[in-house]
Amino acid sequence: MKLNDEEQEILAGKHGALALKALQHQLKVGEFFGAEDFVPVTQAHIMADTESLGEVGVRWLEQLAAASDEAGGVRVPTITDPRGTDFAKAAFLGQTPAMLDLERRAIAAFMKLGVTMTDTCINYQTIQAPTRHEHVAFGDTGVVIYSNSICGARSNYEGGPSALAAGLTGRTPRYGFHLPAHRRATLQVRVDFAPASLNEWGALGATIGRIAGNYWAVPAVEGIEGAPRSDQLKHFGAAMASFGSVALFHLIGLTPEADRMSDVAPAGLSSHCVTRADIDALRSRYRNESRIDVVVFSAPQLSLFELRDLAALCQGHRFSVPLLAVTSPQVKPDADRMGYTADIEDAGGTLLSGMCFYQSYAREIAEAHGWQRLATNSAKLVNILGGYGYHPILASMEECVDAAISGRIV
Amino acid sequence: MSGGAKAFRARQAMGDIVRGIALVARDGFSARYDLDRVKGNFSRPDHKLAGQSYIGRVLVLDTAKGGVASAWMLNEMKSRGVIPLALVFNSVNPILVQGAALAGLPMLAGFDEDITAVVPHGSEVEVNPPGRVLIVVG
Repeated sequence: MKLNDEEQEILAGKHGALALKALQHQLKVGEFFGAEDFVPVTQAHIMADTESLGEVGVRWLEQLAAASDEAGGVRVPTITDPRGTDFAKAAFLGQTPAMLDLERRAIAAFMKLGVTMTDTCINYQTIQAPTRHEHVAFGDTGVVIYSNSICGARSNYEGGPSALAAGLTGRTPRYGFHLPAHRRATLQVRVDFAPASLNEWGALGATIGRIAGNYWAVPAVEGIEGAPRSDQLKHFGAAMASFGSVALFHLIGLTPEADRMSDVAPAGLSSHCVTRADIDALRSRYRNESRIDVVVFSAPQLSLFELRDLAALCQGHRFSVPLLAVTSPQVKPDADRMGYTADIEDAGGTLLSGMCFYQSYAREIAEAHGWQRLATNSAKLVNILGGYGYHPILASMEECVDAAISGRIV
Repeated sequence: MSGGAKAFRARQAMGDIVRGIALVARDGFSARYDLDRVKGNFSRPDHKLAGQSYIGRVLVLDTAKGGVASAWMLNEMKSRGVIPLALVFNSVNPILVQGAALAGLPMLAGFDEDITAVVPHGSEVEVNPPGRVLIVVG
C-alpha cells in the first residue's frame, strides 16, 4: 500500500506503540483486499461485547490501555456498540459475576483509550448521523448498512479490532465501499407490495439479503412508495445485512445516490421480483410454535418512537410471560420521562438499556431461564438466535404484546 | 505437488501454510450465527454442516455471513483451542479477514472455480497463503 509521510512515521514508531500496532493490523487487511492507500475517517464505532471478546480479548484491550499512558488514545471520535449487559438488570437476566467483571474491565480499558461509551447500535438516530461522502469506520452491520445507504456515508464493516485501529490512527484502508466503483448496484430488485409493520420491513430486507447473498452485492430496489420512516429502514437494512451480509443498498428515488436507476445500475443486471408471498414464506419459517417463553424487542435497539408505540400497547395489560425491550442509554431517560418505561414495566415487562439481547450471553440467559420459544418483531434477531438454541418466532409488535399477555402466539 | 494433487489459485490470501482435513459446504459462515463456540461444532440447525465439529478443520465454504462479532470471536476461539485450522471462501467479507488478521488464522478467498464444488468433503488439503493456492492432497 502507498503510505504518506505520516503513515511512514507511524510505522517507524514515531507516533507511539498503539498507532504502530493499529496500522500494522490495518495494513494486513488493506493488503488482503488490494487497497492502494488509506483514507482519513471522522468517526469510529466499535462493536465489542464481552461475549465476543472473551477473557483473551479483554486482556488484549487492557494491554492497549496500559500502553496509552505514553502513546495516547483514539484520534477521532470513537463510540461503542451495545455492551453485554445492563448492570441495573443483570441479576434479572441471570448473568454471572464473572460476566459482569469482564464487562467492567472492558469498559475501563476503552475509557482509558479515550473511547466514548455510547453503547448503541442506533447512533445514526441518537448520536450523530454521518453525512453523504463522509468516510467513517463503523462496526455493527446495521449501522454500516444504514449509514452507507440512507446517509450516503462511506464505510466497510469494521469489526471491533479494526474499528479501534481506525480510531487510533484516524484512517482506514481504502477498499470496498470507500470506492465509488463498489457502490454501483450489482442486482435489481422489484418490490410489488408495500410493507407496513416493522417485522414486514425486516422480512423484506431479509428476503432481499438472501437474494443478494454476499458482502459485495449491492441491490438497487424499486417499487418502494412514499417516504419510509427511519425505524422502518432500520429494520429493513439490519435484516438485509444479517441475512445477506449486505453493506449497501439503493432505493430508487429515495436514497441519496439513486434518484434514477441509471444513476447506480449499469445495464444488464440480473433482475428479481419480491412479492408479499416471498415475505410470508420467510415469516412462516419462524411461526411454528404456538406457546412462547419470552418476548424480546431488540436488534436494533428501539427508538423513542418504537417505545412510544410499545408503551401504548402495554397500557392496562398484565403479561403472563416475560417481555424484554432494549434501547440505548440516550433514549432510555426520555422513555422514563415520557412515562413509556412505566407503561411497559407496570404490565410486567422490563426495559433494558445499553445492551442488545443477542450480544448479552443469549445462550446462558436461555439456560438460566429455560427460555426457548422467543417471539420478536426483529427479523435480524430471529436469524441470529437459531444458532443460540432458541426457537425464534417472527411476529408484529402487536402480536408479540398479545403473546406476552396470553403466553401463546396466534 | 504429487501427481494426483489438484491446485486452485486464490486471489486473496493471508497467513501461514497449513495442512488438514476439509469440511466443505455451499453455505455461509459466521462465528456468532452458526457455531456453538463452547462445544466447537456448527449449531445452526439449517446449516449444511450442522452438528459437525469444526475444530482443527479447514473450512471450505461459499461466503462470510452475518455480523461483526467474528472479528473478535476467532481470537477468543483460538485462545481456547476451539478454532478451525484455516478458512477458505469463494468470497469473504472484511469481518472474517479482520478476525483472521487478529487471530493469525490462515485464509484464502477468490477462486475462478466454485471452490465448494471442486474440493471433496473430507479430503486432505494444503492451504498455502504465501503461494496463494489451495491444494487437494488426497
